[in-house]
Amino acid sequence: MLVLDAAFFRRWMAAMAAAVDREAGSLTDLDSAIGDADHGSNLQRGFAAVAAALDKEPPATPGAVLALAGRQLISTVGGASGPLYGTLLRRTGKALGDDAEVTPGRLAAALGAGVDAVAQLGGAKAGDKTMLDALIPAVRALGESSFGAARSAADEGAVATVPMQARKGRASYLGERSIGHQDPGATSSALLIGTLADTAEADA
Amino acid sequence: MRMLINVAETVVADALRGMAAAHPRLTVDVENRVVVRSDAPVPGRVGLVSGGGSGHEPLHGGFVGPGMLSAACPGEVFTSPVPDQMVRAAAAVDSGQGVLFVVKNYTGDVLNFDMAAELAEDEGIQVAKVLVDDDVAVADSTFTAGRRGTGATLFVEKIAGAAAEEGAPLERVEAIARQVNASSRSFGVALSAVTTPAKGTPTFDLPAGELELGIGIHGEPGRERRPMMTSGEIADFAVDAVLEDLRPTRPVLALVNGMGATPLLELYGFNAEVQRVLSARGVAVARTLVGNYVTSLDMAGCSVTLCQVDEELLRLWDAPVETPALRWGR
Repeated sequence: MLVLDAAFFRRWMAAMAAAVDREAGSLTDLDSAIGDADHGSNLQRGFAAVAAALDKEPPATPGAVLALAGRQLISTVGGASGPLYGTLLRRTGKALGDDAEVTPGRLAAALGAGVDAVAQLGGAKAGDKTMLDALIPAVRALGESSFGAARSAADEGAVATVPMQARKGRASYLGERSIGHQDPGATSSALLIGTLADTAEADA
Repeated sequence: MRMLINVAETVVADALRGMAAAHPRLTVDVENRVVVRSDAPVPGRVGLVSGGGSGHEPLHGGFVGPGMLSAACPGEVFTSPVPDQMVRAAAAVDSGQGVLFVVKNYTGDVLNFDMAAELAEDEGIQVAKVLVDDDVAVADSTFTAGRRGTGATLFVEKIAGAAAEEGAPLERVEAIARQVNASSRSFGVALSAVTTPAKGTPTFDLPAGELELGIGIHGEPGRERRPMMTSGEIADFAVDAVLEDLRPTRPVLALVNGMGATPLLELYGFNAEVQRVLSARGVAVARTLVGNYVTSLDMAGCSVTLCQVDEELLRLWDAPVETPALRWGR
């Protein structure tokens, strides 16, 4: 049985920082279609700060790693994605408590609490063409099955935002013209779940 | 696209260093990204703090000074600032009388200012918030993020700033700010797309011979595209869109605002058309302001904001103001 310690969560955040670096251009392209063309560079700045902070003073528990990552995102990203991603990680970290190691099932439950907090903060629900459309199915798949299943569910959830009409955030100003574009936030959320799965599979 | 920059990563910090050099009556904290009037906190006065993404200059930093904002927090280009900046600004301007946050209605701005208000209150600063949402191009329904904050931000900051300068208490300054927002509506038009330094290419594709009606100030596309119209036709469309929603019964303040790349020659010509339409509709204009005030980087285009005023609001509008971008009466 896979057990996840603080080092695992630091590797996950480092993998996410690298993935955001790699995909920044394509995230920004998605955002220029229905937003304001900055999602890639904003997350790049945020996760670079996360990686730097975790390197400088590595927290000792999984919960503390995610809480520190969340605080860094809130302090450096701005826009809507700063508070939303920051809250996701902070609340997930809080739900993990002080344990030195957690099981995948425990992580799934904690991510569920983080996703609920995002939904509450942003006032959004499934189908609004937001990051929740990738996160909700991913967390469900992680709880019921595996990291691999969570990655597939997140990727499918991001693609499923293409035909949706945005009801939250800047894309909602476009009305029906938001239809036909993949949501940038759902896409970066799928990256977050994808790098989680990559990190877990590298450990297995 | 050629830009007068060093590298995209430092445009905001570079501009802040330049502001500091040009405006010695502002205290500019480049590292923490806060612009504060240098005599803050002013004893016995409510502090007025705003902020938002950069790229809309002179909004908000250019409106810091006696009679208007106490402090401004510039974010990255088109990206809301972070709560740390707002808390720092609130602490710098609070004289013990409390602080009003003026927040443009965008998801990011609202979330960050909400978090900042909680943190500032934890530090013992009394905080009130007013949301600016004047853009009639966006349907105001539970199925969208609600109307965007655009040109009315200038009216809210000037009029509430004058009330704060006179020593009005926080509840009064907040009530005035809400009244100004509720009395204001805007409509914007783009003649070209906008290019952000980070992207380097236009954020949307606007073919030659077309214009975009109902744009926002972040390069987000609008609601409708049409073949190019004349200045007079645009004025008819924009003013009617505003009046249909505002239905003013009293005189109005008119802001004829450029989006950044439209010359003043064209803006004044457009203002003549705006006044023609208002006169034809029987709307009295108390004051008019023409210029680039709430901009969108290098976008060509314009917006019209009307604010219905009573005697008190008009008196506060006329009150002295001394900021880099607005200055009169002293």
